[in-house]
Amino acid sequence: MKELFPIKQVMGFAFSLILTVIALLVYFTDMSYTVGMTVLLITAFVQAGLQVVVFMHAGETKDKGSIYLNIYYALLIALITIFGTLLVLVWDM
Amino acid sequence: MDFFDRFAVPHPSFLIYASMVGIGLTMLAIVVGITYFKKWGYLWREWITTVDHKRIGIMYLLSALLMLFRGGVDAVMMRYQLSMPENTFLDSQHYNEVFSTHGVVMILFMAMPFIIFFFNYLVPLQIGARDVAFPRLNALSFWLFFMGMGLFNISFIVGGSPDAGWTSYFPLAGNEFSTSVGTNYYMIAIQIAGIGTLMTGINFITTILKMRAPGMKLMKMPMFTWSAFIANVIIVFAFPVLTVLLAMGTMDRLFGTNFFTTDNGGMDMLWANLFWVWGHPEVYILILPAFGLYSEIISTFARRNLYGYKSMVASMVVISLLSFFVWAHHFFTMGQGPLANSIFSITTMAIAVPTGVKIFNWLFTLWKGKIEFTTPMLYSMLFIPLFTLGGVTGVMLAMSAADYQYHNTMFLVAHFHNVIIPGVVYAMLAGLTFYWPKIFGFMLNEKLGKWTAWLLSVGFVLAFIPMYITGLDGQARRMYTYSESTGFSAMNMVSFIGAAIMAIAFVLLVYNIYYSIRYSPRNIGSDPWDARSLEWATHTPVPEYNFAITPQVESTQPFWDSKKNGHQLFKGDIEKIHMPNNSGLPFIMSCIFFVFGFAMIFSIWPLAIITLIGILGCLAYRSFEKDHGRYISVEEIKETETRLRGAKK
Ligand code: HEM
Ligand SMILES: [Cu+2]
Repeated sequence: MKELFPIKQVMGFAFSLILTVIALLVYFTDMSYTVGMTVLLITAFVQAGLQVVVFMHAGETKDKGSIYLNIYYALLIALITIFGTLLVLVWDM
Repeated sequence: MDFFDRFAVPHPSFLIYASMVGIGLTMLAIVVGITYFKKWGYLWREWITTVDHKRIGIMYLLSALLMLFRGGVDAVMMRYQLSMPENTFLDSQHYNEVFSTHGVVMILFMAMPFIIFFFNYLVPLQIGARDVAFPRLNALSFWLFFMGMGLFNISFIVGGSPDAGWTSYFPLAGNEFSTSVGTNYYMIAIQIAGIGTLMTGINFITTILKMRAPGMKLMKMPMFTWSAFIANVIIVFAFPVLTVLLAMGTMDRLFGTNFFTTDNGGMDMLWANLFWVWGHPEVYILILPAFGLYSEIISTFARRNLYGYKSMVASMVVISLLSFFVWAHHFFTMGQGPLANSIFSITTMAIAVPTGVKIFNWLFTLWKGKIEFTTPMLYSMLFIPLFTLGGVTGVMLAMSAADYQYHNTMFLVAHFHNVIIPGVVYAMLAGLTFYWPKIFGFMLNEKLGKWTAWLLSVGFVLAFIPMYITGLDGQARRMYTYSESTGFSAMNMVSFIGAAIMAIAFVLLVYNIYYSIRYSPRNIGSDPWDARSLEWATHTPVPEYNFAITPQVESTQPFWDSKKNGHQLFKGDIEKIHMPNNSGLPFIMSCIFFVFGFAMIFSIWPLAIITLIGILGCLAYRSFEKDHGRYISVEEIKETETRLRGAKK
């Protein structure tokens, strides 16, 4: 019975709902810009990680290595793009 | 009448009306011709519904050649307009439309399908596979690309062409300054084609990672396959940016959002920024497969193993990563400070290093080689010096302080044509000549081929070197005319003559195809160039299953080893082969996409909603469809094999 019940997925689902609620709080309560952004950024990244690991089964096959390599590469490029853009359009304007 | 008014061309001229008639008549002739020769069934069964990578490849090739013609006509018109001061052949609006169309067509609808033709045709053969990983998706990629291309190309006769440059910078591209539907065409046609390209990227990464012949480790892949792999990785990481960018641009133009507007919190420079986040990797998507083709050709005709295999691969990996770090070099003059500019200057110059490594590897491959000057090799030998010149001027442009002088002048135009023509276009033509016998079973005429290569190069030098000079003297790009007193006239006349010579070279290429179809001998066997990698190990014409027996690989040039060193390529017996079924769904779905795109461009909402539902319906249908493919029996394979073996003699 234990193997049949997808406990990991159910927990994951609950957790992702909680993350969504926390993110929504930014909209419904009166936080400062910095606090709001921090909350959003953290919940967004945790949420994305959760989806990839729990629901898209990133770590469950023997391709694990290449899947994570791919994700880290994407992350690197995304971060470079974001920080480069900030540098060009905001910080060094 | 109001409804139909919007389809009228806002700024017509005799040429546009003449093209309308011309296009109408051509369409009619095609339909009548196909009906008369009763070819509809053949077309549908063998081409439109095909999922065979080779046939899809050939359709990409035809599209690319067609677009080379279209873009080429645009180019000659521009050069003619500029050949004399105060020329009135094109007015400013038409000139804007022509250069915008030329850029988009050449990059997205000529160069891209040309390299994707090579991906499709060569990659499965080079790795010893039967098809790509997702054949049906591949057909969808092609048809989406094709419909995007079609949509973009009708713009100048229905509603008006885009006129804000191939970069389509905001605020110029916003509703306020670009009032016609032209820029809607830009946003939506490229979007549809881009989705196709993104799927191509996913498809080929999977194919290369999962479907290599036994023994072909990553470091034993042919160099073209490596370059295709890296280019597809760049596609998968860069094209989503374009998708999002175009979606944002579409929303600004159609739904009144304010991403790129100058007020209401919009930021017009964000467009330029994100455009080049995609745009710079895009130029490497084009050049890396070109490098791959040169590597194959140079090692074949220097009769030597490619020098520095590992450093070739490493340099491509480094280029692919660095290509994402340099985009701001396209707008050094946009107003950011010296810190940002210096960082992007340095990363840009860094790319020249791995590129240089590749140049030296080719030179070392030639060193002590027994060089044979065939047409593909001639293109490669012309490529090395001409491309190096373009690379050097690239490094000049990369110095941000100096770029204030070069930016938006003809110098920049000369630079990128200098890398794209000898880099990408020569590679395409060299590759086409090289692989033509594999694809069609006869060679292109060598003499005509060499004439084409030389004419193209003479034309290229005459057309573009003068631009470096006038550019430094201050001739701005995208200006439809200039006055006598600037002193630019002589150089621009030379440019026009060069462009005309290049046009003659294109005619010669077409004539060569015609001539070779008629007169070229057909008994050339399956390995006319004495080549090295797996694609030459199967029959010509290539049977639909590519290899009757999956080849065994032990080195980077298994076919050469099988010819010279007694390596046994095909071990074991023929077994039945599993192949995918044809399907009309990709074509139908893409047609619906076409109508959807058209409805979006002209804001015909009911039609847009209906077609959107149609697209989703196609997706749903596919999800529930059961299609397990089919088997080719052993007898059938044996029969084909004997027939093809006979054909060789
Ligand atoms: C050594 C390598 C290269 C360097 C250092 C380099 C550098 C640059 C720089 C700095 C610019 C912007 C200049 C300006 O706007 O003022 C530029 C523009 C451009 N480059 Fe390169 N480049 C290199 C190779 C290539 C290659 C291989 C291609 C294409 C296959 C290419 C295609 C282009 C295009 C299409 C543009 C400008 C397009 C436009 O503004 O419309 N470049 N390059
Ligand atoms: Cu660039």
